[in-house]
Amino acid sequence: MSEWWGEWSSYRPSDFLMFAPRIYWRLFESINVAVWPAQLLLVGAALAWVVWFMRRGAEAAPRASAVALALCWLFVAWAFLLQRYAPINWAADAFALGFALQGLGLLALVGCGPLQASVQPWRRAAGLGLLLWALLGHPLLALLSGRPWTQAEVFGLAPDPTAIGTLGWLLLLEGRARVLPRFLWLVPLAWCAISAATLATMGEWQALVPLAAALLALTAARRR
Amino acid sequence: MPKHRQPSATRRALLGGALASLLPDTRAAAPMTRRIPSSGEALPVIGLGSWITFNVGNDPAAREACVEVVRAFFATGGRLIDSSPMYGSSQPTIGHALAQLGRPAQLFSAEKVWVGDGARGAAQIEASRVYWGVPRFDLIQVHNLLAWQQHLPQLFEMKAAGRLRYVGITTSEGRRHAEIEQVMRTQPIDFVQISYNLLDREVEQRILPLAQEHGIAVIVNRPFREGALLRQLSRHRLPGWAADIDCQAWAQVALKFVISHPAVTCAIPATSQVAHLRQNMAAMQGRMPDAALRQRMAREVAAL
Repeated sequence: MSEWWGEWSSYRPSDFLMFAPRIYWRLFESINVAVWPAQLLLVGAALAWVVWFMRRGAEAAPRASAVALALCWLFVAWAFLLQRYAPINWAADAFALGFALQGLGLLALVGCGPLQASVQPWRRAAGLGLLLWALLGHPLLALLSGRPWTQAEVFGLAPDPTAIGTLGWLLLLEGRARVLPRFLWLVPLAWCAISAATLATMGEWQALVPLAAALLALTAARRR
Repeated sequence: MPKHRQPSATRRALLGGALASLLPDTRAAAPMTRRIPSSGEALPVIGLGSWITFNVGNDPAAREACVEVVRAFFATGGRLIDSSPMYGSSQPTIGHALAQLGRPAQLFSAEKVWVGDGARGAAQIEASRVYWGVPRFDLIQVHNLLAWQQHLPQLFEMKAAGRLRYVGITTSEGRRHAEIEQVMRTQPIDFVQISYNLLDREVEQRILPLAQEHGIAVIVNRPFREGALLRQLSRHRLPGWAADIDCQAWAQVALKFVISHPAVTCAIPATSQVAHLRQNMAAMQGRMPDAALRQRMAREVAAL
């Protein structure tokens, strides 16, 4: 036992980082180039839904938004995690499985009756803030960090903004409703923790972003 | 005091005494070599690692950059390239580079088996071989001693059948040295791979002397502590003695410290940049530190 612990305690987080940061960031460039200009349509449609939802609440086709969100998770699982991230990180296969389960979970919501809009001001404010961050703020981190804009992390294509945006969506919609199973929180929160750990190991200040998003979402969800 | 590197016996034999005096002095271009104790085969003392640097996935630009690194490696006299199934896409990246370069004959392929179930070792080695595109590996090492009791007999069998030339074991960052010693004492391995650099010198106490005693070749990984050592040293000016051993950069100081240990056969720094590769390979040239200077190098670097 002591020998086992002695060996494992000798490892540092950086020992598990098997790729160079520049290669990680180029993964986003790769997917952005592959789908351009779909990013504009994706973010534009999501913003339009946010505006619609804030004006009309539950009339804003929340179940259709669940389907769209599910497709985003499934696309990230396949196009980013499996096709691009998995070749440089053994763990990405498991991450892709988690993202696929989240997508299927969101699809399952469609059969669970109408969704309710949250009426609690804290939830609505935090949810709106996280969604807007995911759609408009997160892609700017590349430029703020001195990387080219082609490496921007875009909602629906990259895992971090997709997870953060989903936390915002869950805050906007859960409210009194019981149809959104709590497990739909698990994967986005787990991903925020994983991403924060990965980015911190890479020495990126950006690690604070998914961590802060998860803490904000949890705080807002528990506030009455 | 620094000492001049002696040409290898092979090179002396090739040139011959009188003939050598008539030929231009080409010593500056010939890589420094060390012999593998179990066979006498000479290996250039600088090889090429692939941890992190060659794990570039499907990135075409990064893959081509790796091709250029491998091209420069062979052009500067390199032979040994080291990888592992653990290193993500490093194996297919190496295979791509070798294919682009026409599979250079001087390649010394060093791979690892890294699976907890001994029954799956052969399949993993075959998958690695296909990635590299080589008919057989020169060296297969048991990665981090994982299931070495199961893998080593199979590797010895492969060697006896001519499907492998050398067998080895590896560890990194000072882990499981007692077990490494046990394997070195009891198993007829050809190579041991360990971490060794200006700051991590534990292997000087037992592992390196044991390797000399048992005639085991030594591959040194992490000569730069995965770059952390060079980042730390880059804040300081090169000391005066660096010029005495023909070093123009800290990387060369760090490498000359490692390869000048008499037990070391080959160091395997990893890089993704041709300029760094050339700088590393240049450490095989010029004067080497003697034992006294080596002690001073370690002492002064530790104090920085």
